[in-house]
Amino acid sequence: MTLIASPDDTILTERGISLTQNGKILLIACGALAHEILALKQINGWDHLDLQCLPAKLHLWPNRIPAAVEAAVINHRNRYDRFFVVYADCGTGGLLQAKCAELGVEMIAGPHCYSFFEGTAIFAQKAKTEFTAFYLTDFLVRQFDTLIWRPLGLDRRPELRAMYFGNYTKLVYQAQLNDPALDTKARKCADRLGLTYERRLTGYGDLATVLATVG
Amino acid sequence: MADENEIILSELSDDELILQMQDDLYDGLKEEIEEAVNILIARGWTPYDILTKALVAGMTIVGADFRDGILFVPEVLLAANAMKAGMFILKPLLIETGAPRMGKMVIGTVKGDIHDIGKNLVAMMMEGAGFEVLDLGINNSVEKYLEALETEKPDILGMSALLTTTMPYMKVVIDTMKEKGLRENYIVLVGGAPLNEEFGKAIGADAYCCDAAVAVETAKKFVAHKHNQLND
Repeated sequence: MTLIASPDDTILTERGISLTQNGKILLIACGALAHEILALKQINGWDHLDLQCLPAKLHLWPNRIPAAVEAAVINHRNRYDRFFVVYADCGTGGLLQAKCAELGVEMIAGPHCYSFFEGTAIFAQKAKTEFTAFYLTDFLVRQFDTLIWRPLGLDRRPELRAMYFGNYTKLVYQAQLNDPALDTKARKCADRLGLTYERRLTGYGDLATVLATVG
Repeated sequence: MADENEIILSELSDDELILQMQDDLYDGLKEEIEEAVNILIARGWTPYDILTKALVAGMTIVGADFRDGILFVPEVLLAANAMKAGMFILKPLLIETGAPRMGKMVIGTVKGDIHDIGKNLVAMMMEGAGFEVLDLGINNSVEKYLEALETEKPDILGMSALLTTTMPYMKVVIDTMKEKGLRENYIVLVGGAPLNEEFGKAIGADAYCCDAAVAVETAKKFVAHKHNQLND
């Protein structure tokens, strides 16, 4: 089994990263999932899976995700026969699914990463009553300022908070790891957004079960 | 002591003031917009001209620069807040002076969805363009939409969704309208970040609108067409 050093969050957010080795299948994933995928690879000895992460900040412009995924597939076609896209719909309104179908590659099901961490079926049930929740994962807690606070302009104009979050009631932190420091930080994020706080230890959820079938 | 370069709005000519208002709107300067609106009212401008020549024209520039990636959501929201402040002053005067009316719209975010930034921008720009707007707010069931159509008799129904999981509810509303034989009575416009033209067509909407400016232009076009049909 080959160990890969944990990549830097800023690089995963801004540029993405190529963590390819000798695998036969390339996972094309959101940078926000890099740590979790690498952990699962290590735990399960999935050396057949290589990883190419796209910048997590693409989520600020979801309409750019399908083209970025397509470019990654085309760039690596000469090296890999098989690809698996580790994005959910992620606000693309079905366009990523359509792009993957066109490219002949599979992708993970569900609307967002926070749905498959919770379990897509369970999340869909909860969504009927929990639609006033704002979700953070481990990565989003760590990158809260970079991916949420500053892009929404709240560092410069905090008075916009009510326009963005006035209809939300709580922040749900879906913890992949049991990390008290992240718990503390997530609670502070909830305070900054003016929301009540709830922590759920989800672990890797459907991410683990889906990746186990890629082989 | 006042800054030498400080602009005294009341000392500007009308043309200069209109351009300055467009700049101030672009920069999201709410107090300056309120001051300038009051200056133009005092100079005898009609509320309709202030609305269209200063506020709507300024917001159209903001919208275009947002579409082109020059401005981002926070700047658009600040500009919208400034426009809203100006409209707050103008709205009662517009009713008194009888500004031209383009039509009526009922708009709301669909069931299970609480996102309203885009919807609020559309409602504001539609009002700015002379439409009467009834905003149903967020999390609207099909029953609530139908009730509003029945009581308000609008020309247009606007539906908004931000989530991939909630956008299919627009089809539920449109299908229910069809079942009840109501669909042809209304222009149905849909919008929201994950939507696209193909989705709008697939669910049976009249049009998908990618932003507030497009919503206004599309609404004007459809309403004019509807009126032409009625006059044939």
